[in-house]
Amino acid sequence: MAVDTLNAPILDPGTVFRGVRRRAWMTVALPIAVLMYLVYTWFSFGVPDLLAKAQPERAALLATDSVAYKVHVTKLLRRDIMEVAIEGERRATYAADELPDWVEVNGTDAAVDLGQGYSVTITGKVMEFDVPDYGLIRVTATNDGVRTELPPGPVPDWLRDDPKKFDARPTLDRRVQVTRTKIEVHNYFGGWENFWFSFQSELHGMSFSQLWALALSNERIDPAQSNMSLITHEFLDNPDWQHGEVFVALFETIMMALLGTLTAAFFGLPLAFLAARNFTSSSIVRFFTRRLFDFLRGIDMLIWSLIFIRAFGLGPLTGALAIAFTDTGSLGKLFSEALENIDNRQVEGVRATGANQIQRYRFGVIPQILPVFVSQVLYYLESNTRSATVIGALGAGGIGLMLVETMKTSRDWENTSYIIILTIVVVIVMDQISGWLRRRLIEGK
Amino acid sequence: MAVAALEQEILTLRKRRQLYSLVGVLLVIAVLMSGYSKSNEMNSGGFLQGLSKFFDYPGEIVVEAWEAGPAFFGLVITYIPAMLETLNIAGVATLLGGALAVVLAMASTRNVDSWGPLIPVVRRLMDIMRAVPELIVALFLIFVLGSSPVPAMIAVAFHTAGALGKLFSEVNENIDRKPIEGLSACGANWVQRIRFAVLPQVAPNYLSYFLLRLEINVRASAILGFVGAGGIGQELRRTIGWGQGAGDETAAIFVLLFLTIMLIDQASSYLRGKLVGAGRAH
Repeated sequence: MAVDTLNAPILDPGTVFRGVRRRAWMTVALPIAVLMYLVYTWFSFGVPDLLAKAQPERAALLATDSVAYKVHVTKLLRRDIMEVAIEGERRATYAADELPDWVEVNGTDAAVDLGQGYSVTITGKVMEFDVPDYGLIRVTATNDGVRTELPPGPVPDWLRDDPKKFDARPTLDRRVQVTRTKIEVHNYFGGWENFWFSFQSELHGMSFSQLWALALSNERIDPAQSNMSLITHEFLDNPDWQHGEVFVALFETIMMALLGTLTAAFFGLPLAFLAARNFTSSSIVRFFTRRLFDFLRGIDMLIWSLIFIRAFGLGPLTGALAIAFTDTGSLGKLFSEALENIDNRQVEGVRATGANQIQRYRFGVIPQILPVFVSQVLYYLESNTRSATVIGALGAGGIGLMLVETMKTSRDWENTSYIIILTIVVVIVMDQISGWLRRRLIEGK
Repeated sequence: MAVAALEQEILTLRKRRQLYSLVGVLLVIAVLMSGYSKSNEMNSGGFLQGLSKFFDYPGEIVVEAWEAGPAFFGLVITYIPAMLETLNIAGVATLLGGALAVVLAMASTRNVDSWGPLIPVVRRLMDIMRAVPELIVALFLIFVLGSSPVPAMIAVAFHTAGALGKLFSEVNENIDRKPIEGLSACGANWVQRIRFAVLPQVAPNYLSYFLLRLEINVRASAILGFVGAGGIGQELRRTIGWGQGAGDETAAIFVLLFLTIMLIDQASSYLRGKLVGAGRAH
């Protein structure tokens, strides 16, 4: 026999060369195939068209607006009045005796100091804008538009001089607009305006230590409630930021994830026994349970949530049920695989002590699959927190819907970034909690 | 007697353990009960009223699909291009995200001689990439780039890079270091060690995770379509928006989506089974 193997080599050169050639061909063909696929999708997604139509200035706008706010100084020429307001909102208009110190209002005229040498004076229907390194721009509102007098020289690109509307933005944080009905000056500031309390609240502008002192003092601002509850209410009901509603939405999202995952685990485990070969001898039962899992998973969260939204309306219950249905399928499948892989000796050992079926399950089976069970449930909880935001956006409510809505109005980007930050924080916290629980429960650390 | 004391000790320990398990189980049950009653209150439609309506909508679209008769199959076929777009979003996102994940994984595992100071940085980066929900990235990019499949693709790829990167680096941690040492003894540089000692060991597991991710990403791309990223999700949103009478179109999309997801699930679990051997494929 040894002689045979010596004489006739096990590997004949033909096979070896064929194998090598096939591999060499694969190393060339595979990257080319991937590349061709990418080229195909490049055109099928319409990337060239997209690049032409992209609006990067929107990203800049979004970035500026989410970290800054502006104060409008507006002169309404028809009614001949001067207003100073945050974001031009009526709710946040400064009273005449509390104007910020960079604005000086004199009757219906005003002088605005925009810093670094930029300044605007409004006299009657004439606006004079002094721009360092350029000169004095003089714009007069007339009955049918605006008349602009620019310093000599080329017109800079930050300036739009139109007979109907004059618009100048020499730097990102200073802007002046004149039309025939109004003169408007925007001064930008960093930060989130009125974050803690609304502009009209008595508490607006108080420092943290002042608030602390107020909370502890016995003199009530509002005789109907204690200062502590006044502060809490003023904060939660802040009309610009709607903290209360945002927190409720976050709570709804967490609830969806938690309830959905727990329910899925609750139904998935018993069903998994029905789908495992070593626990259910009837192949018909096994077949139908497995198809049920496939069906629940295959329908997908998207379709389940649409169906549940129709039946149960908006809210956490809808999201929880959509998650529960999909994940009963996924978890059931995982658990049944874990059950098929258990070590039978442990069950036999328990049986040898005279244990009945329930005792065999309890002491022979459950301890073996518990680590898989706990770790998978926690993994799903983690990923469902993210899924819950998406389901919310489809219409189930919670933080996802709120995010889509603030983005649609695309006015207050700082609100959008606030919600985004909170969502990410919640997801990370859920991640950490589930990781910590997993380490504690499984590795016993 | 010492043995009696020991027995006593064991008994109290066991009692305490049983108490803990009982408290844990009761806690979960309490969370479930109170959670459901609370969500029932917060929901705009209650559970009991909804229950009777649960089959109305599926019933309605099934009836409309039935009335459409054989034309229904024609409808299913008309939506195949949209489905293909969703599959493309998922495919490209998994390819690009997976490629980035390989780089991230190689840069964040001590076992494959990644550069030390970089490891914690890349790990935190991957944590952040995983934590940001795809929806947020997609919505932001849709705002900047306009409604098209590309924002969804980038969003899914971003998340995929983080998620796969973590799984890949876990695979890296469990490889055999002997080939790496052998190659460095021959004077191979880092890239060569990765190429010839690490990649051959990890390739089957990488591919298996890659397929699993593809499966997940098909679902994610379908959902993102619903918020304006193109593909089957967008079509679904359109037909649902038409309201009554378009039930057959909606049903056609549901059927197509269901069949595609099933097909991809089955194909990927078959391939994964072949790659890493049955039993480990999950």
